[in-house]
Amino acid sequence: MAYRSHILLCSGTGCVSCGAFTLKETLKTELQKRNLQDEIQVVTTGCQGFCAEGPIMIVQPDGIFYCQVKPSDVPTIVEEHFIKGRPVKKLLYTGAAKATPIPALKDIPFFAKQQLVVLRNRGLVDPDKIEDYIAVDGYSALSKALTEMKPEAIIAEIKRSGLRGRGGGGFPAGIKWETCRKAYLQRNVEPVVICNADEGDPGAYMDRSIIESDPHAVLEGMAIAAYAIGAKEGFIYIRHEYPLARQRLLNAIEQAKEYGLLGENILNTNFSFNIEIVQGAGAFVCGESTALMASLEGEVGEPRAKYIHTVEYGYKNRPSNLNNVETYANVPLIILRGSDWFASMGTGDPRENPWNGSSGTKVFSLVGKVNNTGLIEVPMGISLREIIFDIGGGIPKGKKFKAVQTGGPSGGCLPESKLDMPVDFDSLTEAGSMMGSGGMIVMDEETCMVDVARYFISFLTEESCGKCTPCREGLRTMLDILNRICEGKGKEEDIAFLEEMGEVMQDCCLCALGTSAPNPVLSTIEYFKNEYLEHIKNHKCPGGVCKELITYVIDKNKCDGCHACTKVCSSNAIKGEAKKLHSIDTTKCIKCGACIEVCTKDAIYKE
Amino acid sequence: MQTDISKVDEIVMRYGRRKENLLAMLLDCQEEFYYLPKEALEEISKQTGTPFVKVLHAATFFRAFSLKPVGKYPIHVCMGTACHVKGAPRLLEAFERELQIKKGETTKDNLFSIETVNCLGCCGLAPVVTVGKDVHGKLRQANVSRIIKKYRSREGSDA
Repeated sequence: MAYRSHILLCSGTGCVSCGAFTLKETLKTELQKRNLQDEIQVVTTGCQGFCAEGPIMIVQPDGIFYCQVKPSDVPTIVEEHFIKGRPVKKLLYTGAAKATPIPALKDIPFFAKQQLVVLRNRGLVDPDKIEDYIAVDGYSALSKALTEMKPEAIIAEIKRSGLRGRGGGGFPAGIKWETCRKAYLQRNVEPVVICNADEGDPGAYMDRSIIESDPHAVLEGMAIAAYAIGAKEGFIYIRHEYPLARQRLLNAIEQAKEYGLLGENILNTNFSFNIEIVQGAGAFVCGESTALMASLEGEVGEPRAKYIHTVEYGYKNRPSNLNNVETYANVPLIILRGSDWFASMGTGDPRENPWNGSSGTKVFSLVGKVNNTGLIEVPMGISLREIIFDIGGGIPKGKKFKAVQTGGPSGGCLPESKLDMPVDFDSLTEAGSMMGSGGMIVMDEETCMVDVARYFISFLTEESCGKCTPCREGLRTMLDILNRICEGKGKEEDIAFLEEMGEVMQDCCLCALGTSAPNPVLSTIEYFKNEYLEHIKNHKCPGGVCKELITYVIDKNKCDGCHACTKVCSSNAIKGEAKKLHSIDTTKCIKCGACIEVCTKDAIYKE
Repeated sequence: MQTDISKVDEIVMRYGRRKENLLAMLLDCQEEFYYLPKEALEEISKQTGTPFVKVLHAATFFRAFSLKPVGKYPIHVCMGTACHVKGAPRLLEAFERELQIKKGETTKDNLFSIETVNCLGCCGLAPVVTVGKDVHGKLRQANVSRIIKKYRSREGSDA
């Protein structure tokens, strides 16, 4: 039966949290009530990326984009859009400036500059239906690999494409596969293929979104890797915080088995491959390869020294190929369209040497103090400015940009002067940050850089497994000093000490968690030293974050005595009669900031 | 509270008593009891032949586990970077003030407990808090008491 229109309803975690499933039921009921159920189909899709505007839906074939849709809007949508044939203006995207509504998805700046490779199927396929994936050429790369290509040819193709590890390290996937296959042939021990979906970086959710919108792409990529390396067994190690993603993977594996695309004798060849899903339990360090494999074996996730690489002796001492979700999701398209196509995107020419440049695209989660938060995919080499100001739409409320943090706790903060830098593996590392898995957190003038450094160090102090001394003790010492600086008790020599400690950790820690841990501190000292000095010398916090160094004040000229602040003040520190100027009793004020949140006149500020 | 050992038995059998599935067993126990009772850990140790100290090591290593009972509506305040720059620490304090407990504690009526998590992965909604299975996004401190009231009234003990 042909439908005249399709409603593509986003069901990524962001939109589900905002009530996407309730919306789906309401839509179905309303369509039935109007007897339109045979004309208009409601399809739930994976994450469409524009998470800040959820729940979102796209109506095809016109490509009309509706955002922040509530169940109470449904009758209007059905009446106006589907019966009278005109878009519902109030649900169209307008942008932060509340300008003219933009009806079509392709015209919205957030989407216009993106280039979708990994997320090519987002919003197009129902992640719970393998038929949808097959209809968009799904599993044809696997079929091509199995029937037309030798394992060595696949590895050569991946190497030539310049695909580098999307989990953060940027190690060329082709070289890893080659080493793994070599180890297997030399030792004659069956290798395993592992997918790292333990996305631990705070402020990053690329992998979750890829799995939720297109789980079969990950499975297909893993199957191709397994065939190329010679593995029969695969694992996906996924965080337990991602129940929806896990459910979609389980469902996808089940369906792929039914279709003979996983399991024994795939596509009637003698290649067999099975995937098992293993859940993590909330330990950041388990994203590290040796810790992840220890955890797979049922041990606690503590890393070991990597004199011997896991690609040769990994899970149960078998050759183990570990790649990230996004890396695997790139594989099917490289096989289908060829390495030249992939290498043509991004920077450098990796065809002779995969280390030469960064090819392809990268998925980022653009979050923090930016107007358009969400998941984006851009070609490597795009500038930070294009990402933050063109796609992200700039900083909310006309505030000033201060820094962008990339690479999670292992990365660093980059200032305005670095905004025109190209985004690729090598440029970011050179600037003192790193690509990481793709979290990009934008910070405005109201963010304190010392506090941000303290935040990451406190995160890492909790997540350090404690096995090696430089990491365990180094982080604790750094945290003590940063706490002191934030409380206004810092000493000038603290900065030099932090730098020295950072260098020691870079040299001596056992695993990448420790060696990269000083990055947030070192990069903020490099680019925002004056903020450290303000805290230490003048006992001021320029961002207005560090409680001990700020006081809340009411602006005499702006306060109209509306009482909004007195109602939320939990310590009764704000006094004043109705319609008259209020004042804050600083001895009672606990500096929670609830008053600023509710003041509509911008009459409260920090100094 | 009496721990229903037959449930532990069922969980251990689900994984064929395999040692390498220790983490999965602990996760299932946490889901079943909302914490890891000592009896459950002992039973897992006995049935899988894993030394008790090793089970305890895993139970205390990972953040997902709790050795103390948590409230009926566990509150998880997301401390991801996006939430942090949007005021998550102050939001956490607002919950602590409202419920008169600290992070890691449970209210006397066993209804609420407060924990922090590293990142829930819905950064577009920052700052985010989950209460039980419900997600509350783009929260402000002013919303806190209304949220708590909603769950209390669901319990019919709006005191």
